[in-house]
Amino acid sequence: MFHHLLLTAVHATIQQGNVNIDNNRCKGCGLCVATCPAKTLQLSNNVNTRGYNFSQQLRPNRCIGCASCALICPDACITVFRTGLRKTI
Amino acid sequence: MLLYKKPSLLTDTNMHYCPGCSHAVVNKIIAEVLEEMNIGTENIIGVSPVGCGVFIYNYIDIDWVEAAHGRAPAVATGVKRMNPDKLVFTYQGDGEVTAIGTGEVIHACNRGENIAIIFINNAVFGMTNGQMAPTTPLGMKTTTCPDGRDPQLNGYPLPMAQLFADIQGTCYVTRQAVNTYKAVKNTKKAIRRAFDYSLQRKGTSVVEIICACPTNWKMTPVEANKYISDFSVKTFPLGDLKRP
Ligand code: SF4
Ligand code: SF4
Ligand code: SF4
Repeated sequence: MFHHLLLTAVHATIQQGNVNIDNNRCKGCGLCVATCPAKTLQLSNNVNTRGYNFSQQLRPNRCIGCASCALICPDACITVFRTGLRKTI
Repeated sequence: MLLYKKPSLLTDTNMHYCPGCSHAVVNKIIAEVLEEMNIGTENIIGVSPVGCGVFIYNYIDIDWVEAAHGRAPAVATGVKRMNPDKLVFTYQGDGEVTAIGTGEVIHACNRGENIAIIFINNAVFGMTNGQMAPTTPLGMKTTTCPDGRDPQLNGYPLPMAQLFADIQGTCYVTRQAVNTYKAVKNTKKAIRRAFDYSLQRKGTSVVEIICACPTNWKMTPVEANKYISDFSVKTFPLGDLKRP
């Protein structure tokens, strides 16, 4: 998608977001990982205090603050912020 | 700018539900709706069930009454009649609504009690290890129909929402899901409507929610949610069946 925008050289902007995941509330169900359209989330190889491989954000600069992850998260572990617009080029 | 955070009515207690269980999603949505309605927790009374949803009273910070198995609509009837201005709702699974408590729920709807019924349909008896329920779709495998539900032997999945819609006392009957973020948004709107109608004393509202039980379906949470889109909705199509 970014590649395409680059080729057409439009001054596109995109919403920039940020998430905060409550590691110890997370049960590692992976629903947020599968839902995130920007593929920024991944389950950790480490476990939390309850033994679950918790979710973490690996590529925060790609987050678009859409909150899909927070809506689907059964355990309400994810806080979502919108931090403004950023240029995609 | 803050876009989403855990609703404050949802307590910090870790929910006992299995990872990816739809019960937790619906608990969270109810907490969000109640918070947004902003009518004061002293004006809300929930009636909790027996089954996997039993501990909901530990998770949503309002007043609760715990009913005997299947009897939540009968208890809610009494609570609402004594507190006609309060929001009274039940939270029940398919074991309650379509099996042990069918009598109570049908008659509460038929009397048009001004309560809302949140009906979690995950197609199995979850708490007792995933036996076939009256709601199990044809062909779905469970521990008591390991080759898939066979109508000759096991009968057909019970279309409760259709029955509720035919009853005169109901004002709002809808079937929703929580397997995608869009479905979550729709369910939230549906629960809000049901609670509003209950407060406006328009009759009984029923929100059936097609839910995943990844543990007993023997799937990952992601697979279970996909199974709902690909399979469950063929037996239980989503949408409103009755609006006031
Ligand atoms: S807010 Fe959207 S883009 Fe950001 S992590 Fe969540 S799902 Fe992904
Ligand atoms: S959806 Fe929630 S509980 Fe599941 S892995 Fe993501 S943060 Fe953890
Ligand atoms: S057994 Fe099924 S319904 Fe019960 S908590 Fe686990 S996933 Fe949820």
